[in-house]
Amino acid sequence: MKSALVPLAIFLALAGFLFAGLGLNPREVPSPLVGKPAPNFELPVLGAPGRRLGPIDFKGRPWLLNVWASWCVTCRDEHPVLLDLAQKKLAPIVGLNYKDREDDALRWLARFGDPFEATVVDAEGRVGIDYGVYGVPETYVIDRDGVIRHKHIGPLTPEIVERRLVPLLKSL
Amino acid sequence: MIRRLVTVLVAAAVAAVALAQDEAEDERFRQLAAKLRCLVCQNQTLADSGAELAGDLRRELREQIRAGRSDEQIVEFMVARYGDFVLYEPPLKATTLLLWVGPFALLALALGAVGWIALRRRRTPPAAQLSPEARAQIARLLGEEDAR
Repeated sequence: MKSALVPLAIFLALAGFLFAGLGLNPREVPSPLVGKPAPNFELPVLGAPGRRLGPIDFKGRPWLLNVWASWCVTCRDEHPVLLDLAQKKLAPIVGLNYKDREDDALRWLARFGDPFEATVVDAEGRVGIDYGVYGVPETYVIDRDGVIRHKHIGPLTPEIVERRLVPLLKSL
Repeated sequence: MIRRLVTVLVAAAVAAVALAQDEAEDERFRQLAAKLRCLVCQNQTLADSGAELAGDLRRELREQIRAGRSDEQIVEFMVARYGDFVLYEPPLKATTLLLWVGPFALLALALGAVGWIALRRRRTPPAAQLSPEARAQIARLLGEEDAR
């Protein structure tokens, strides 16, 4: 009788693991960059020819880096959340316009609103590689010392902003 | 005339060396691209993937090979940005121990279980012989079944 319970126990354990696995998102790969200094860059500012911007300009205050593109469909879902977050004025949000066309990007911001303190242009995606970007949109929280404290892959939702970003930004 | 011949030969030699270098470079590129995972379509290598990011990372690979960086340096570059997950063969360390040892541990466990069951079977005595009365009863019952 007791030995008949062993396969059942094994089955239940396996089912438990598989069930837990259902809730995991395989696209969320932990970033090795969290806890490390944000990679440096100096990129042209969208719509402001001649102006360049980089992490150095934000030394001394926490800021957010949001990777977006006009061709990115989920960025559109995320956009109202960013506008809302910008309203809270917890930290400046810098847009990283990833592998996009400048005129498309400008039109997109004109149409949907501009939550960004500034948007920098990464037309070739090289800074994206330095930041380990693989799924636009992505959002990085960078502290006053220029260290990446959090990375969110995929669109931000109001829940994630309330539960994760706002407390984190308030603590920085 | 001779001078022209020499010029042609030297040019050919330079071209041959360049070609051989290109081939060595291509070979390194292929090997590296097959070792690295595309993070967009996670079950494909950089070599196989058609995703745009994979294309950018292949460009990065080529440039770094041309710049004379070693395979280790290039792999390090990728791991620093995308984590151990970019490697199809993750390094053996505390967090990946289960991944490396797990299947073998399970195999050992299963073999142990099979061996244990086999040993126990051998030790159990063969089923007791039926008594003549029992045999007679069986025959009777079966006979009745047949008659019906």
